[in-house]
Amino acid sequence: MAEPGEASALEEAEARAVRTRWALLVPAMLVLTIGAAGPLLVMLVYSFLEAGDYGGVEWVFSTDGWVQVFYAYDIFDEEWVAADAHLSIFWRSVKLSVVTTLLALFFGFPTAYFIATRSEKSRNAWLFLITIPFWTNLLIRTFAMMEVIRNEGVVNSVLIGIGLIDEPIQILYTDTAIALGMVYVYLPLMVLPIYASMEKFDFRLVEAAYDLYATRLRVLWRVILPLVKPGIVAGSILVFIPSLGAYVTPRVLGGGKNMMLGNLIELQFGQGRNWPLGAALSITLLVLVMVALLFYVRAAQRGSSGHG
Amino acid sequence: MKRQAGFTTVAIICFVCLYAPIVVLVAYSFNAGESIAVWQGFSWRWYAAAWENEEVQRAAWLSVLVAVQASFYATVVATMAALATTRNKAFRGQTAVFALINQPLMVPEIVTGVALLIVFAMVKVATGYNGLGYLVLAHTAFCIPFAYLPIRARLEGMDLTLETAAADLYATPWKTFRRVTLPLMWPGILAGAMLAFVISLDDVVITELVKGPGQDTLPTYMLGQLRRVVTPEINAISSALLAVSVVIVSLFFLLNRKRG
Amino acid sequence: MDGSVRDIAVEAENVSKIFGSGSDEVRALDDVSVGIQDNEFFTLLGPSGCGKTTLLRLIAGFDHPTKGSIRLAGQDISYLPPYRRSVNTVFQNYALFPHMTVAQNIGFGLEMQGRSRAEVRETVGNMLALVRMEALANRRTSQISGGQQQRVALARALAPRPKVLLLDEPLSALDYKLRKDMQIELKRLQHETGITFVFVTHDQEEALTMSDRIAVMSSGKILQVGSPRDIYDRPSERFVADFIGDTNFLEAEVAGKEGATARIRLASGVEVEADLPSGMADARQVTVVIRPEHAALAPAGQGELQGRIANIVYFGTDTHYHVDLDTGGQFTLRLQNPRGGRELHGEGEPVGIAFEPGALQVLRD
Ligand SMILES: Nc1ncnc2c1ncn2[C@@H]1O[C@H](COP(=O)(O)OP(=O)(O)OP(=O)(O)O)[C@@H](O)[C@H]1O
Ligand SMILES: [Mg+2]
Repeated sequence: MAEPGEASALEEAEARAVRTRWALLVPAMLVLTIGAAGPLLVMLVYSFLEAGDYGGVEWVFSTDGWVQVFYAYDIFDEEWVAADAHLSIFWRSVKLSVVTTLLALFFGFPTAYFIATRSEKSRNAWLFLITIPFWTNLLIRTFAMMEVIRNEGVVNSVLIGIGLIDEPIQILYTDTAIALGMVYVYLPLMVLPIYASMEKFDFRLVEAAYDLYATRLRVLWRVILPLVKPGIVAGSILVFIPSLGAYVTPRVLGGGKNMMLGNLIELQFGQGRNWPLGAALSITLLVLVMVALLFYVRAAQRGSSGHG
Repeated sequence: MKRQAGFTTVAIICFVCLYAPIVVLVAYSFNAGESIAVWQGFSWRWYAAAWENEEVQRAAWLSVLVAVQASFYATVVATMAALATTRNKAFRGQTAVFALINQPLMVPEIVTGVALLIVFAMVKVATGYNGLGYLVLAHTAFCIPFAYLPIRARLEGMDLTLETAAADLYATPWKTFRRVTLPLMWPGILAGAMLAFVISLDDVVITELVKGPGQDTLPTYMLGQLRRVVTPEINAISSALLAVSVVIVSLFFLLNRKRG
Repeated sequence: MDGSVRDIAVEAENVSKIFGSGSDEVRALDDVSVGIQDNEFFTLLGPSGCGKTTLLRLIAGFDHPTKGSIRLAGQDISYLPPYRRSVNTVFQNYALFPHMTVAQNIGFGLEMQGRSRAEVRETVGNMLALVRMEALANRRTSQISGGQQQRVALARALAPRPKVLLLDEPLSALDYKLRKDMQIELKRLQHETGITFVFVTHDQEEALTMSDRIAVMSSGKILQVGSPRDIYDRPSERFVADFIGDTNFLEAEVAGKEGATARIRLASGVEVEADLPSGMADARQVTVVIRPEHAALAPAGQGELQGRIANIVYFGTDTHYHVDLDTGGQFTLRLQNPRGGRELHGEGEPVGIAFEPGALQVLRD
């Protein structure tokens, strides 16, 4: 018979396994808490403090930061009025993110389809071609876009060269430039998940559908689209979220005036010297992102239960 | 039959548009003239200029310094975390652990960046320390999920009975890890480290917000230069950086291919 | 049993292993006691899920008993980790290290034991010769065939000269021909090395042909331990009799006992002698078993049982007769075919059935 001491030796081993696991996890958790998650909480606190005169904060409770997200204090009329500047930046952020997502979908879906219908061998090469830009520097890609669309850039030179226009079209430093740039840099994020959902897709279904005299559009709409919907939803969210929080692309391509949320936030920590407002804006952006993610999770769940 | 002709056209346009700007950028890095719009013949002069530019040298050195440290630390802690989170039953707190590991992928960089700015400002006042540690810590944190994913994938594909077999053959847990587990997960670790290195090397937003005075990395140096009149020197720096990323990522793909 | 007294190599005493808890509790082993002798080829035989692998894992140290103890050469090892027991395992999927060569795999255990380099090299050489793999010493394990991997796994487990070698269905992944070859090979290796083999299988033929002794298991219990002949001729429980070979079951009444045999009265009223299993409790109603080849057809009216032939099936080496008994139930006989013989019986014919002397065995349950 087992001694009671030996049976507890088993529990001891179990406990040791649990201890080992947490010991292994602690360094990563520590780094992530200090270097990523924890500061978000500190920022929440900062959003309820008073702005210091030269940046930083005064440790006095205040809701000014949050009020200023939506209202501006008019020093002449001595009253709070809607912060039009902020609202228009919010609006631009959401609008450009939506446009970017739609454009990325418009270009990304056919591209994913194209890759998925290649032969087994060449598929990997095409995939590699799509992935490579994703792993290269975002700033460099944005800069490359800037060179192409600037007034003296390739696009305008070519258009003038073939006589389509006399004067260069001003694209750089407009909302169009920002949208173009974001589509350009985030496109792989749309293609990859759509491709992933198509990879498992049996293209004989398409042929079967043609056999049944379905038109091309019908096949697309009734057969392919429903099957790759999870990929489309995932790709859209993957493009929408970084677009909403974009900083580099609007800064480089939008110039100083066409700000997005990310630039507005940065401004508060730079020339704006209003850290509580910046913190409040950051948290607002975070909430928007979370809402989008939640929406995605719901859509993903609905999709999986709908098919099952 | 499965061709949708319009799709192929759009796809080809996509690929062309994806690479054309990069090709133009690289091409103008060899421009003999001062402009990034008018071609005036081939020359290496801008590479030479970048090479001799002390600011560029310093920024490049700093980039490498930070990326090497951050990817090393991130890979080490991610390896430990992957060992703890794979190949066992669900454990209490698992969801929280995964959320924390993936957090840098979900939160916009600008938000993490300003949050770090706030916290580091406090720490700087409290301790007086102004070194590179802040950048390294921030980079390590956002590199962790990138290092973690390939390592975890590798571990999950590993046959557990191999470790049992080692124990059966008198290998202590540590020896089993050294002689069996570690060698088998090595390609995953290497892949993770490479991804982490590239991600750190390319980071702009968090670095821009966290860096102290004189702590420009190549990307933040370039971001600053874009405000001024741009010469092909920026193209040269960009091309070099691109080349580094492409080489590392290609190696990563090869590594993955071999195991598949 | 062969009568010689040998030392016990491994012993399980009242071992229970329970997985899970509450409503989904699984009792994989239920109060198992068994002693495996030095230098024997011992087989655990039983249907899927009966606990064979679990018992092996407890001996290897990959799991620990919930109750009871495991002893190796007299020493309690119940809670010793696997790397501190002189027991090695041949895994069902071989579990060869893919990042090492054949020779490195075989030398791994020795190296972990801290043997000198020269000794490792020499033993690896010997082992390679033993399993006839000298030519492939420097191959990667992914570059050799399934049968060769099997040999490497064997050599790797034998190299440290463990007190006990555990083999969990090592032949199940091989095709028929290779399996037959490896059966012989395994016997040879056991003989040459003198190491105790504990072999798991659910193939009764494999068990009968290879083992010195067999333990028949069912739902976490060991029902009977004995030599193949013992198990086949003297099954002590219904499950054992049923699981191994074909058997006729007869209901009977005990008329009297003398030592290890009893006089029993069959349903037909005939009284015959039958062997009693050891440790059998007193009972009036019992079941007796007799193998189909341990009885012969007799003219109607003669023999212990009477009935009518229901059908006859010719099998080449022998012929099976299914006889409907007058007292109800069916009896199967298996008679060897002489060369050039003709079928002497017809279906529907009334016949008697005559038992060979000592062919009857009383079941414990
Ligand atoms: N780790 C475990 N957790 C829960 N139940 C287990 C575990 N291992 C085994 N069991 C259960 O214990 C019982 C015995 O399993 P075991 O693997 O020993 O059977 P086996 O005789 O080796 O069968 P097979 O011939 O199929 O290999 C089975 O009912 C099995 O489901
Ligand atoms: Mg088993």
